[in-house]
Amino acid sequence: MLRDITLGQYYPGDSPIHRLDPRAKIILTFLFIILVFLVPSLWFYIPIALYLVLAISLSKLPLRMMLRSLKPMRILLIITFVLNLFFGTGSRELLRLGPIVIWQEGLLQALVFSFRLVFLVTGSSILTLTTAPVTLTDGLERLASPLKIIKFPAHEMAMMMTIALRFIPTLIEEADKIMKAQTARGADFETGNLLARARAMIPLLVPLFISAFRRAGDLAMAMEARCYRGGEGRTRLHKLQYTRRDLIAFLSMALMYAIILLPRFIF
Amino acid sequence: MKDTPHLKVENLSYRYEPEAPLALDRVSLSIPRGQFCAVLGHNGSGKSTLAKLLNGLYLPTEGSVFISGMDTRDDSKIWDIRRTAGMVFQNPDNQLVATRVYDDVAFGLENIGVPTEEMPPRIDTALQMTGMTDFKERAPHLLSGGQKQRVAIAGILAMHPEALILDESTAMLDPQGRKEVLQTVQRLNREQGITVVWITHFMEEAATAQRVVVMDHGRIAMDGSPREIFSQVDHLRALRLDVPPMTRLAHMLQERGVDIAQSILTVDDMVREVKRLCPSCLNR
Repeated sequence: MLRDITLGQYYPGDSPIHRLDPRAKIILTFLFIILVFLVPSLWFYIPIALYLVLAISLSKLPLRMMLRSLKPMRILLIITFVLNLFFGTGSRELLRLGPIVIWQEGLLQALVFSFRLVFLVTGSSILTLTTAPVTLTDGLERLASPLKIIKFPAHEMAMMMTIALRFIPTLIEEADKIMKAQTARGADFETGNLLARARAMIPLLVPLFISAFRRAGDLAMAMEARCYRGGEGRTRLHKLQYTRRDLIAFLSMALMYAIILLPRFIF
Repeated sequence: MKDTPHLKVENLSYRYEPEAPLALDRVSLSIPRGQFCAVLGHNGSGKSTLAKLLNGLYLPTEGSVFISGMDTRDDSKIWDIRRTAGMVFQNPDNQLVATRVYDDVAFGLENIGVPTEEMPPRIDTALQMTGMTDFKERAPHLLSGGQKQRVAIAGILAMHPEALILDESTAMLDPQGRKEVLQTVQRLNREQGITVVWITHFMEEAATAQRVVVMDHGRIAMDGSPREIFSQVDHLRALRLDVPPMTRLAHMLQERGVDIAQSILTVDDMVREVKRLCPSCLNR
């Protein structure tokens, strides 16, 4: 079961959203997050919801994938809603249950905050569901490369992320192997309270760390033997290129900003 | 160029720390272009140290190393040297960088600045030469050990090397993987004329080489063709090395007075020799 571990939550596909340039997707996701925070009132969530529905249907992601990304959020969502509902105050009373008063403003506030959370999570899931981790790393490196002027190690950061992605399955396999070896010799990882179980992990973590350091040393030497010398003068197998598709995506986002922001200036 | 040795080691000494004992002690060796040379030795004999000196991962304490005439101590040539003499390491897990086979083969090309358009044909050829074309979309951790080593070899081949140095690259593989890797490298040596330095402690593998160099205590103890080397069973035993099973059998038979040839390496040699000694034995 550990063999087919998938990293992140990438859902492979070939939709127009999948084929967007990763840089464009990252920027658009950030723009979308800002947009959600700029929404002045509940009504303006309708165009945002429509925009998300459009993006999801274009990406051909199954609905259950989207719902699954919301699942870890459900408790936070309920707390947000309930807190805002009961503790918001206002002028128009909707309901009174003994000492508890629900105000109309409280209800609206609760709805705004809950929708905001749902939209934020859904919007950023579209990015992670439609972009392979390596492509995402590539996009981040390219976006961060202007920061090299202020000595920001954009290439090194991306290389570290790629290596991490490459070695996580290897290390999980190894942890599994060590665990089985220790279990065979009588180690107990499953019973006892939290502290006892944490202590039982020590004989697992120590060999795992030692081997990870050895691997790092080996890998560094192998990379050097393969002429790796940092980002300087390096060419890339995957060239990133903005296409018309990216332009259309940016224009659609600009339209959304117009819809959300213009009413403020007009009225 | 044709007459100058491809890999040349002159009076090479190396120590890991200033006060440490010599890991290599005045080694001289020259390997002509296109040769398949096996380096044998027990643990700590200096064979892995030699490998890492051959492409400038370590620099000589004394003496010098030349690859196609380039000195490994010449800073300006170091990347040319590493591209010319590619190295495959022991642990198949610890030398692949990318999360996809195809991207991993591209890693070296990216490092030496090959233009993007030239990469795909070079990668495809390298994958085809190692028989890994069908696996190009796979994640490395889903491959067998032998397949991982073949990907590592493909990654080097894409850089168009002239020599391959394999530092115990079969030590962690199962027999099937060992065979795969050895056959791949033998084919590359035969068909592409790539010089091979095959470091191993498996006698059967060394027996297939054109030349065997035996190392002991940081020095070259023996150097010759496999038949010359493996016929000296007692000398090899003194160096704490084993001989291939068929050679050992021949040696035992000879000690018991059977008039059998000393130069037997493989089962086929043994069959031929037994047929010669006793024509009726094997024809049942």
